[in-house]
Amino acid sequence: MTSHTTVHTRTLAELSAGLAAGDYTSVELTKACLSRIEQHDGEINSFITVTADNALAAAKVADDRRAAGSAGPLTGIPLAHKDIFCTQGVKTSCGSKMLDNFVAPYDATVVSRLQEAGMVTLGKTNLDEFAMGSTNESSFFGAVRNPWNTACVPGGSSGGSAAALAAGFAPAATGTDTGGSIRQPASFCGVTGIKPTYGRVSRWGMIAYASSLDQGGVFAKTAEDCGMLLQAISGFDEKDSTSADEAVPDFNGGLNSDLKGKKIGVPTEFFGEGLDAEVKALIETALKQYEAMGCELVEVSLPHMHLSVPAYYVVAPAEASSNLSRFDGVRYGHRCDNPEDLADLYLRSRAEGFGDEVKRRIMIGAYALSAGYYDAYYLKAQRIRRLIRDDFTKAFESVDAIAGPVAPTTAFKLGAMKGDPVQMYLSDVYTLALNLAGLPGMSVPAGFADGMPVGLQLIGKHFDEAGLLNLAHQYQQKTDWHSKMPAAFA
Amino acid sequence: MEWETVIGLEIHAQLTTNSKIFSGSATTFGAEPNTQASLVDLAMPGVLPVLNAEVINCAAKFGLASNSTVAKHSVFARKNYFYPDLPKGYQISQMELPIVHDGYLDIEFEAAGKSDGKLATKRVGITRAHLEEDAGKSLHEDFQGMTGIDLNRAGTPLLEIVSEPEMSSAKEAVAYMKKIHSLVRYLGISDGNMQEGSFRCDANVSVRPVGQKELGTRAEVKNLNSFRFIEKAINHEVERQIDLIEAGGAVVQETRLYDPDKDETRSMRSKEEANDYRYFPDPDLLPVVIDDAFIEAIRAELPELPDAKRARFESEFKLGADDARQLTASREVADYFEAALAAGGEPKQAANWVNVELAGALNKADLSLGESPVTAEMLGGMLKRLADGGLTSKMAKEVFAAMWDGEGSADEVIEKRGLKPTDSSEVEGIIDGIIAANPGQVEQFRSGKEKVFGFFVGQAMKATKGQADPKQVNDLLRAKLKG
Repeated sequence: MTSHTTVHTRTLAELSAGLAAGDYTSVELTKACLSRIEQHDGEINSFITVTADNALAAAKVADDRRAAGSAGPLTGIPLAHKDIFCTQGVKTSCGSKMLDNFVAPYDATVVSRLQEAGMVTLGKTNLDEFAMGSTNESSFFGAVRNPWNTACVPGGSSGGSAAALAAGFAPAATGTDTGGSIRQPASFCGVTGIKPTYGRVSRWGMIAYASSLDQGGVFAKTAEDCGMLLQAISGFDEKDSTSADEAVPDFNGGLNSDLKGKKIGVPTEFFGEGLDAEVKALIETALKQYEAMGCELVEVSLPHMHLSVPAYYVVAPAEASSNLSRFDGVRYGHRCDNPEDLADLYLRSRAEGFGDEVKRRIMIGAYALSAGYYDAYYLKAQRIRRLIRDDFTKAFESVDAIAGPVAPTTAFKLGAMKGDPVQMYLSDVYTLALNLAGLPGMSVPAGFADGMPVGLQLIGKHFDEAGLLNLAHQYQQKTDWHSKMPAAFA
Repeated sequence: MEWETVIGLEIHAQLTTNSKIFSGSATTFGAEPNTQASLVDLAMPGVLPVLNAEVINCAAKFGLASNSTVAKHSVFARKNYFYPDLPKGYQISQMELPIVHDGYLDIEFEAAGKSDGKLATKRVGITRAHLEEDAGKSLHEDFQGMTGIDLNRAGTPLLEIVSEPEMSSAKEAVAYMKKIHSLVRYLGISDGNMQEGSFRCDANVSVRPVGQKELGTRAEVKNLNSFRFIEKAINHEVERQIDLIEAGGAVVQETRLYDPDKDETRSMRSKEEANDYRYFPDPDLLPVVIDDAFIEAIRAELPELPDAKRARFESEFKLGADDARQLTASREVADYFEAALAAGGEPKQAANWVNVELAGALNKADLSLGESPVTAEMLGGMLKRLADGGLTSKMAKEVFAAMWDGEGSADEVIEKRGLKPTDSSEVEGIIDGIIAANPGQVEQFRSGKEKVFGFFVGQAMKATKGQADPKQVNDLLRAKLKG
């Protein structure tokens, strides 16, 4: 048995070491991933586009680079990009019929930075259409199935990336998180995911859903892996005015710092009505683990958290209604056949190109911004946003991080949320507040309820990703939930 | 019934930055379609705007020069509407928090019914001036049954300057627009080229019975891109509204388009059809925050402004108000004048040459000042010879014409053509002779027949074959005829 046939069980850090030691080449690693995708992705549907030829060519380049002595820690490691990141010369669909024919003419900053680090792009992963959804069922390219139980959803919107990781198709994947789109699928698929502070990662080339909430991030098997990836993609980008001109620390430099004396805030609002009892029990067990590692649990309150769902579902659709106006059938993307006139071109191109959930949010957003309603909806939502941010600021005066569940339940059954968007929106209750406040958050595997993974959510202060990674890494030293793989894909 | 007109203007001045307001594309006019459109200008998925800091300098300059407040905190907002030449489906503009607000400018204009020949003055409030991006162009010709889209202009920076509704005639509106035009060119923030559309305006026009406090219903007249059109379009619109009301109708709030070919305005869309632009702060851009030090640095960069320059021309060069106003109406003319004068000419004479002779020649040849074959230095050389007596004013016209035709500098022309004023003792002798030879006319003049003076002048000029300086002839004749 050659060593690379089991590479799907290895962490990115282990693969990095294996490549450096010459145990296998990037080409071998890439082939192994491609062959797993080819064999198994029929069951999962995690990829929209697989770029096998490009990947093998990039792997060859990475091997050459290693031979030349200029390889970095990520050089030669394969990864998958959420199909919301523009990739030059490769279809970038955003999960929509609207962009089914769109080949991006440029690379997103996240993509180019990882490329410069020498990573090998395997392809583009499935997602909820324009990242709007919590189940990955709104994709034009079909639903993604959860590798832990293919009758379940992987979560969304970055469902393809989380599922690809859980199924061992790739050791790393990118995602975006507007209201939980990294953390919730990470929780549902039993992988580690981090949504950095708003502004930490450039949004250039990341197709906008809600600009003031969108943030790129990563999935991997471990916190350590996440830190390695985050190191490569973080930092100010002059092409994104909202990217933070903030020093990027060595994220993994403090992974092994002792947690003794760290204060972890436990918001009462995270454990109220609606939280599944088994999920609750697992989160409490995880918190106890932190106590055992020397942390102090402190009860904190986020009194406006219950307003995060209504506030989010005004702000995000409002921005989306404007962001998605550019998809008009004029310059690129879907255009209806034989338009009669301009109005017909707009109406039919957009009616045909967008799916129901996207249309729903565009309508909600346009309504919330319209004359006479702006103050009552958009402005009020922005005020709530400030209250939520203030809640966190106050809580962080007495704690180093906040912990709780990512989602009230484990992964839903496919179709369970169909026809009930409000129920789906309510399931985002624990993740939205972070985006509204711009804070960094993680989902860390914390056990299984009825055979399905449950994620622990860790929330940090602005730009304290290193602190979060330290917390998550220490937990992963004491637990092995993160190294479990679904039996069908082990 | 007597009617009163109320006008407010929205002026769009394209800013002369090298690159666009939110992308690095060039802003050169007239390039091949879509060759100056980047990923950002094309509104590709995933692209983001980045503010060109230069536009903040431009807006701040305008704010300071128009007695306005330059806001320390201003915000870009999205104005949402669909149009093929608006690639993002929204225009980035400013709504609630513009960069410039609450200023004023003093205008001068010819007032109806004012008989003393002096210009009337008025202070016109500037409500706000905000930054925004221009749209592209839809091209309807050359594409049978289809529309071409050229996005070269998309993203060109504009400063939209909104006045208070405080002008009460087309003449005032034109005077205000000329004032702004002059100001932006002085500041070097816009080329003011109206043919290329870099300076255009919309007029909000309403009428009300004299004495009524409330404003009448207004119509917005769009597409005014020359001073002449503004005056005509406003006058036309005022007439239309008065006729409508007097015939028992009512003005409806609407947008009207001025058609210069037919000299009429026609309805574009009514209030009911107006877009709901769904403005909201653009989340892709940070608020623009500036401090006092920035504002003071901009203030220090300001050039001498038209009003100050005019006052200086009056005091420093002892010029009359009209001359000074005309010379300072544009920075180019003022600079030309001062450069010409630097050679040592006499200010009043220099003003006359620039305002009358040069302006006339340029106008006749349909040239701009920058294209003048007679440079400021050349005119200065001629003015110097005029002042030191090396030329008569009549000869100066010949020299100017020769310089215009490319015969070289004033001195070269004088030399080549052998021009030389008749010297004064010679003229004096000739005049003595004429007086002696015409005792009858002398008698007539002395008894008060002023008309006879022209006879003497004619005789003198004839005798000197036109080479004498007419002013000198006049002075000598007056002195000698007094007896």
